[in-house]
Amino acid sequence: MATLARKDVPAVVVEPCQYLTFTLGGEMYAVETLSVKEIIEYGQVTTVPMMPPSVRGVINLRGAVVPVIDLKARFGGQPTEITRRTCIVIIEMGSSDECQVLGILVDTVSEVLEIPPGEVEAPPAFGARIRADFIRGMGKVDGGFVILLNVEAVLSTDELSMLDELSRLGAPADAGVVSRLGNSMAG
Amino acid sequence: MSAEMDDALQTLIVESRELLQHMEEALLLLEQTPDDAEAVNAIFRAAHTIKGSAGLFSLDHVVAFTHVAESVLDRVRDHRLGMSPALGGLLLEVCDHLGRLIDGVAAGQAPDDVLSGRSNAIATRLETYLEAPASASAEQDFSDVDWPDGNDIAPPSSAPERGNDSVASGMWHISLRSGPNLLRDGMDPLSILRYLGTFGQIVNLELILGDIPPLSVIDPESCYIGYELSFASETDQASVDGAFDFVRADSVVRLIPPYGPLADYRALFADMPEDSLLLGRMLVRCGSLTEAELAQALETQERMGPAFAEGSPAPLLGEVLVAQQLVDKPVVDAALARQQEVKSATAGEATLIRVDAAKLDQLINLVGELIIAGAGAQLVARRVKVPELVEATGVLSRLVEDVRDSALNLRMVQIGATFSRFRRVVRDVAAELGKDIQLDIHGGETELDKTVVEKIGDPLTHIVRNALDHGIEPAEVRAACGKPRQGRLSLNAYHESGSIVIEVSDDGGGLRKERILQKAIERGLVSEGQVLSDKEIFGLVFEPGFSTAAQVSNLSGRGVGMDVVKRNILALRGTVDLDSVEGQGTTVRLRLPLTLAIIDGFLIGAGSASYVVPLEQVLECIELPEKDKPEQGASYLNLRGEVLPFVRLRDLFDMPGEAPGRENVVVVQYAGERAGLVVDQLFGEFQTVIKPLGKVFSHIRCIGGSTILGSGEVALILDVPGLVRQVSARQPVSRHLSSTLSPV
Repeated sequence: MATLARKDVPAVVVEPCQYLTFTLGGEMYAVETLSVKEIIEYGQVTTVPMMPPSVRGVINLRGAVVPVIDLKARFGGQPTEITRRTCIVIIEMGSSDECQVLGILVDTVSEVLEIPPGEVEAPPAFGARIRADFIRGMGKVDGGFVILLNVEAVLSTDELSMLDELSRLGAPADAGVVSRLGNSMAG
Repeated sequence: MSAEMDDALQTLIVESRELLQHMEEALLLLEQTPDDAEAVNAIFRAAHTIKGSAGLFSLDHVVAFTHVAESVLDRVRDHRLGMSPALGGLLLEVCDHLGRLIDGVAAGQAPDDVLSGRSNAIATRLETYLEAPASASAEQDFSDVDWPDGNDIAPPSSAPERGNDSVASGMWHISLRSGPNLLRDGMDPLSILRYLGTFGQIVNLELILGDIPPLSVIDPESCYIGYELSFASETDQASVDGAFDFVRADSVVRLIPPYGPLADYRALFADMPEDSLLLGRMLVRCGSLTEAELAQALETQERMGPAFAEGSPAPLLGEVLVAQQLVDKPVVDAALARQQEVKSATAGEATLIRVDAAKLDQLINLVGELIIAGAGAQLVARRVKVPELVEATGVLSRLVEDVRDSALNLRMVQIGATFSRFRRVVRDVAAELGKDIQLDIHGGETELDKTVVEKIGDPLTHIVRNALDHGIEPAEVRAACGKPRQGRLSLNAYHESGSIVIEVSDDGGGLRKERILQKAIERGLVSEGQVLSDKEIFGLVFEPGFSTAAQVSNLSGRGVGMDVVKRNILALRGTVDLDSVEGQGTTVRLRLPLTLAIIDGFLIGAGSASYVVPLEQVLECIELPEKDKPEQGASYLNLRGEVLPFVRLRDLFDMPGEAPGRENVVVVQYAGERAGLVVDQLFGEFQTVIKPLGKVFSHIRCIGGSTILGSGEVALILDVPGLVRQVSARQPVSRHLSSTLSPV
């Protein structure tokens, strides 16, 4: 994990990055625009039974079946309530060989911001409402902070499919269990 | 390397692999019937072609290695060397090693030390066969033949005109009459000349253009020219010979070394179709013969001509060439074999084309999109209720269905090739274990999707190895049990209700139920006192970490295996089960879907969602009788006197909301087990393009994949085997109840 973080830092430092910001339960989050493929309106999500609440279902994205992750549930909260402004942000990650496309459910999409590397702080050791390894950094925008998400960790397929395993075993798939699991995996 | 060369190299790799496959098959055949000349020829041809093609790409390590093997095969073909099990084994090793060399070429790697070392080791062992004394019959056949070698340019001892014989010219004389297929085979008469130029000098060259037909009948792909040339070089015969390696099969090549015997020239005059005098003049112009020598040569030929006519029948060109040691007998044979091969190849070409598998995959993807788009159009047509439009979309969808079937058919391959590969596995494993095992193959013509074939190789290998290692007993044990000493393993394939069934059976010791149960109890997989059916007991073998083999052998029995097999097969939407009779044998049965791309489905609705059940697994649909309605979860109903366990999809999937007043039961069947699925609505048949669900859902049960409906919505495909298991797991009591239940 430590080496991973170090590898990530120079990339942030070298060039100013563009981030797509969105709100989720009143909190402001951002993901790098490089990993964002497109933003679509919420609609026609097919629920996949026997999956944890963080996996909302699947959608048809021009012929491809794409899983949709409920970020709020993933962060340990209640499932997102669908409103008129709910959007699905399509994220592409992984290498070209093994490209993963997933959608994330957000309350509203705000804007694209350029946050210079100097304005990005290291994630706080505690105090954030979400798991520390989900946070890539804290971006300073207009005196406030935006949580820059580490999409690889948030949308880790290994962990998401493991959640399913956990829910099947009857263990509460809350953030606590997952974070313990995550830590033991990292260690 | 240019793109074109790259393509050609790819072809070489594909072809070589195919040839190696043929070679292996022929070698295995030879073990059964050591005298099969056709098999020997096939092996030789394969080696020869690989050597030839590899030469074109300057893959010297392949050429050098194959050359040794080819020489040995050559001896086998001429009956100078008998086939023995040891030689057969060695040649199989050659085959394997060539495969590795080709793999190296495919990976674009230069051979490393390990590989070269192995090449040398095998080559050394092959060479011992080359040194072996020729057999008696061969001695007779070839006693009068002095094999051309190295720098020895002295006339052969058997030549009668030895005394006044040598010509004055210190140059090589080379005659070439190219065969019509020279260009088609990828060669070029000019490239040979260029190659000769790299180690010598072409002093004079006379072109022979007499064979060129009139322009109206000329075939631009055929080669008609020949040449006579004199060539000054210090190299030995082998190198000059080597320049013609790839054309010899089809063309007439004659080499006369410097200061060669006049008799050779005479033979040349006799054999070449051109007029002797004309040819003689050319040779004089080349500087290979002087006028005086020409006169002498022609004179002797005249003298000999009638002798030939009076005595024996005129020798065939080939025989003459062989007798004159200009072309080795094998070369003539190879040329003949090659001609036949070309004939049969052209016959095959008319009906078969080679297509890149990726193109087929793309076609099938497009057909999938077409089906989805068609379903969408049909939906709209029904909504707007224009009769003509409804009819038109109906016709369209029927056509699309046909297109789908044909497209999927393109990717169907016979399983025979996969099965044949096991001949080698069985041979090697049996040899390693010191057992005598025969492999029987049935149903090799059964077809299934190429994508499935590619994925069953590993699981199948594992099952076969397991059967060989643990199933079939050693010969002594078998004899003691009153069984034939030779063990039998059979591979069988057949179609059954939209699936392909692959059976691996052995006539070995079978599984001991008590031992499996005891072991399962030891491992905590089963609690003591639990009653299990035979099927359930055998199913335990597929549990992780389960192995009944008392001894761990090199091949299997490490307890990793059968569970992996099961996992791989499940991933293909298939199942695996096992039957065994102690003392008589075991049968492992794999059941796989025919295709992984598009299926006929049955669309159902439950709650707000739609689901697809593979149509092949649907037996019938009935309305759920009022009296059988359960409060919650699973129950069973009486289906014409039989017990049918069923489950409500709503309950299974924890759907919110109330079930409608009228519910339907879809009766599904898989591998002999039946179950009912209670759903809200039945929508009917639906062409289902299977879309994978992705890694996030890799652990999900009961769902086999997804598809896209005409409306653009995603529908999930139910995994019937998983559901059937789920249903039976949910009500372990029903089995025991069933005996006491009487039809109402």
